[in-house]
Amino acid sequence: MARLEELKLTHRLFMKAYRYRSVAWSPGARLSKPLRECKLALITTAGLHLSSQPPFDASIRGGDFTFREIPGDISVRKLKISHRSTAFEHTGARQDRNLVFPLDRCRELVERGELGALNRRHFSFMGSISAPGRLIAKTAPQVAQKLRDDGVDAVFLVPV
Amino acid sequence: MGLIASVIEKTGIPTVCLSLLREAAVKVKPPRCLFVPFSHGYPLGKPNQPELQHRVLAAALDLLKAQGSEPILQEFNPH
Repeated sequence: MARLEELKLTHRLFMKAYRYRSVAWSPGARLSKPLRECKLALITTAGLHLSSQPPFDASIRGGDFTFREIPGDISVRKLKISHRSTAFEHTGARQDRNLVFPLDRCRELVERGELGALNRRHFSFMGSISAPGRLIAKTAPQVAQKLRDDGVDAVFLVPV
Repeated sequence: MGLIASVIEKTGIPTVCLSLLREAAVKVKPPRCLFVPFSHGYPLGKPNQPELQHRVLAAALDLLKAQGSEPILQEFNPH
């Protein structure tokens, strides 16, 4: 488990003072069929993007609330990392993108028949959003709608 | 992360998140959350260790089978 005490003083002070928000979701959604029949989509907040897409912008006040679509057939090694936060260590993800975006592992589950399918696209955000109003009101609902349009059955979200 | 999960769950698609920081997850209260005992930047454990990454993935996806009105917060046991 990562501990608050492991973070740099500036990050610790920020997170101690940060007023976490929550979004009412209850009652929760139900998985309608076994995983071996489900279509899964991934979401990472590691700030991954294609080289053809603009990098995330750490200069946006309150955090960059935009997202990037990651095609399902991408080679994960080709993904760029533009997360600029110093609150986490980037070395591992540079060595192996599956550490923060386990697309190859999910492909293996599909090959084994343990997971039905992967969606044709996945989504990437950049974490460290200190003012999440626009994320909650705008971009997260946009992604949710795209997932519904795609007929996704379940979503796996990975922070950094 | 937890906020995005909550927004998606609200539209009817079940979600599961990993969490590296208990303090954040207990406040944001996403629907299903697997706490992992790893450092920031290492949510699936270690780079180039598919077996460990698969164990984390399987434990997380297993939480999707649960449904209820209360958040599910479970700890990953790496052993």
